[in-house]
Amino acid sequence: MDTLANAPRAPLLEVKDLRTYFFTRWGTGKAVDGVSFSLGESESLGLLGESGCGKSMTSLSILRLVPRPAGRIVGGQVLFRGRDLLRLSEEEMRQVRGRQIAMILQDPLSTLNPVFTIGDQVAEPLRVHRIVPRSGVRERVAKLLSLVRIPAPESRLKDYPHQFSGGMRQRVVGATAISAGPKVLIADEPTTSLDVTIQAQYLRLLKEIQRESNLSILYITHDLGTLARICDRVAVMYAGKIVEQLTVEALFERPAHPYTEALLQSVPRMDRKVHRFPSIEGSPPLVHALPPGCAFAPRCPRAQDICRREFPPVTKLDDGHSVACWLHAKDPHDSVPAGSQERP
Amino acid sequence: MTPSLLEARNVRKHFPVTKGLILGGNVGWVRAVDDVSFRIDAGETLGLVGESGCGKSTTARLVLLLEQPSDGQILYEGVNLKEMSGDDLRRYRGTVQAVFQDPQSSLNPRMRVGGIVGEPLEVNGGFPRGEVRERVAEVLHNVNLDPAFATLYPHEFSGGQRQRIALARALVTHSRLIVLDEPVASLDASIRSQIINLLKDLQDEHGLSYLLITHDLAVSRHLSHRVAVMYLGRIVEEGTADTLYAEPLHPYTKALIAAALPVRAGTPDDTVVAGEVPNPMNPPSGCRFHPRCPLAMARCAEEEPVLQEVAPERRVACHLF
Ligand SMILES: Nc1ncnc2c1ncn2[C@@H]1O[C@H](COP(=O)(O)OP(=O)(O)OP(=O)(O)O)[C@@H](O)[C@H]1O
Ligand SMILES: Nc1ncnc2c1ncn2[C@@H]1O[C@H](COP(=O)(O)OP(=O)(O)O)[C@@H](O)[C@H]1O
Ligand code: SF4
Ligand code: SF4
Ligand SMILES: [Mg+2]
Ligand SMILES: [Mg+2]
Repeated sequence: MDTLANAPRAPLLEVKDLRTYFFTRWGTGKAVDGVSFSLGESESLGLLGESGCGKSMTSLSILRLVPRPAGRIVGGQVLFRGRDLLRLSEEEMRQVRGRQIAMILQDPLSTLNPVFTIGDQVAEPLRVHRIVPRSGVRERVAKLLSLVRIPAPESRLKDYPHQFSGGMRQRVVGATAISAGPKVLIADEPTTSLDVTIQAQYLRLLKEIQRESNLSILYITHDLGTLARICDRVAVMYAGKIVEQLTVEALFERPAHPYTEALLQSVPRMDRKVHRFPSIEGSPPLVHALPPGCAFAPRCPRAQDICRREFPPVTKLDDGHSVACWLHAKDPHDSVPAGSQERP
Repeated sequence: MTPSLLEARNVRKHFPVTKGLILGGNVGWVRAVDDVSFRIDAGETLGLVGESGCGKSTTARLVLLLEQPSDGQILYEGVNLKEMSGDDLRRYRGTVQAVFQDPQSSLNPRMRVGGIVGEPLEVNGGFPRGEVRERVAEVLHNVNLDPAFATLYPHEFSGGQRQRIALARALVTHSRLIVLDEPVASLDASIRSQIINLLKDLQDEHGLSYLLITHDLAVSRHLSHRVAVMYLGRIVEEGTADTLYAEPLHPYTKALIAAALPVRAGTPDDTVVAGEVPNPMNPPSGCRFHPRCPLAMARCAEEEPVLQEVAPERRVACHLF
């Protein structure tokens, strides 16, 4: 299978045909089903999609934190600097988490432990990975806090989370994530609980930190607005699969997949008013009961017969833009198994 | 002049802040809502926007009689809620309903959809069972749900469907005003637009009024006729949605809108307002926005600007105007 990615920079992280399934009494849920993308050095890639489409499971799979026993990575590779993380021992994996690839979770405000001081929590990864000698920890933590713009950080080390505002706690979570100097930061909807003004401040800060410390960011969101502020490229997910990959400019100017198009149109925008929103009827399918063929077909205004039978092949449109949709397939009949062909 | 459907006049809600659970010494007041006035006419949507903690939900709770104002008046069709008789109050509670952000927690998980939707009718009394069932089927139909869903439980529905159930419940008493507190915040983009369209349709069909609380300015722009911007318990700007969003006057409104606009990749993002909302227990002197305002002058720290009409249908509280 063709990979969707066409990264301009040398890939630091490469995910290839990743499959993470849930085995439950309702059947097999293909939460992540053949996902491929790559993330370049100091690049930021957005993973865009609605609730339940598999974004969080993709990121948890990269760090091998899929909830057990129901969930299991059943196939694919996660190459970090060429090394397959899925083949490492648990001990080797511990060296990767936080140290090489760090993660900010959905609902980061609850990530901070209310009974430990801010200073101790930011210092934790430094201690675990023995990044600096004990005597240097305090200074390093203060530096990290000032990096995330906490005023007078020296005097706040002994404070507890409840003494910080929501926006400040958010930034502390950020400081903790980058404290061991990771190369890759995975941020799973880190701003959803914040006000727009604080979101904007936070995203700007994240951008600055990325530039200063050469971070690569995998940014997971269902929000197009925040995506535009932080990402260079975007991978759009639907029902466990990546259906389109493109640059952020292309996303707003020439989306190719009907789902991407519908998502863009259905977002209320500040700068123009429409009488009615184009809305996508229905809701995303449950991953335990995926329809055959293209999973978007039941909601797609342009679905054809072939869409309901066969998953569309990935087509490269131009540099860095690829899409999985029959409308764009170069020769649809190439990929159709013999016997099921049909001319429209 | 006929009175507005709902009017708030100089309403305040101050919460005491106590120190220690037992001795309970009062150490100050949170001025959650501080001298707020607005009106909502029949068939109209008033949008209330502002950052978290600025007093939007407290305003909603006052309208819903879940809190009593510390000062000021709320009038329904010109009658002060405080002076309403028991019957009038019951009628008020029937015609003013609410839909909240999280449909998961606002629907009783142990009740069937039919019971949930019909409950306001039973509470307000006087409806025979058969009629309740009929009315429930009718409102489920209104929100584009299959009336057969009445026998199912809330957990069997998606987020968007649960929000439709909450709307059906709000409609069942032939409500005139529905308070919508972040009605689409927990929904996905594609579902969100379905609910926004539904809210518009229901308003057109039933002549409903909405008090729409949201921190999503785009949603507010599309659903509101008029908008009031709140900051630290005060309304700082008010106007029609079209003029206010096209041409914001107050520096705070400008900052909010700038933060909500999509920023294209590569363009510098110089619109970020600095700092956070100050503690409402101890609001800044003068203009409450002055520590964050890029245009603050010496006078702003001393003298509080009053909300005044600067154009027809346009009120602003800022020394620049
Ligand atoms: N513990 C679990 N057991 C069974 N299925 C699960 C479990 N966790 C997740 N899933 C399923 O896997 C799919 C992908 O979930 P995931 O959390 O990755 O979605 P998401 O895109 O992050 O959604 P959200 O934005 O709501 O967090 C969903 O359909 C979900 O129902
Ligand atoms: N019952 C209460 N006791 C004390 N303070 C309260 C209470 N309810 C709300 N507040 C305070 O009032 C302010 C406004 O709250 P709220 O109206 O809920 O804000 P919003 O809905 O705009 O987020 C906040 O500072 C909040 O902490
Ligand atoms: S493959 Fe077919 S159903 Fe799927 S998005 Fe493309 S046109 Fe629509
Ligand atoms: S009164 Fe002064 S501080 Fe307040 S918004 Fe206007 S210019 Fe800014
Ligand atoms: Mg998620
Ligand atoms: Mg609120």
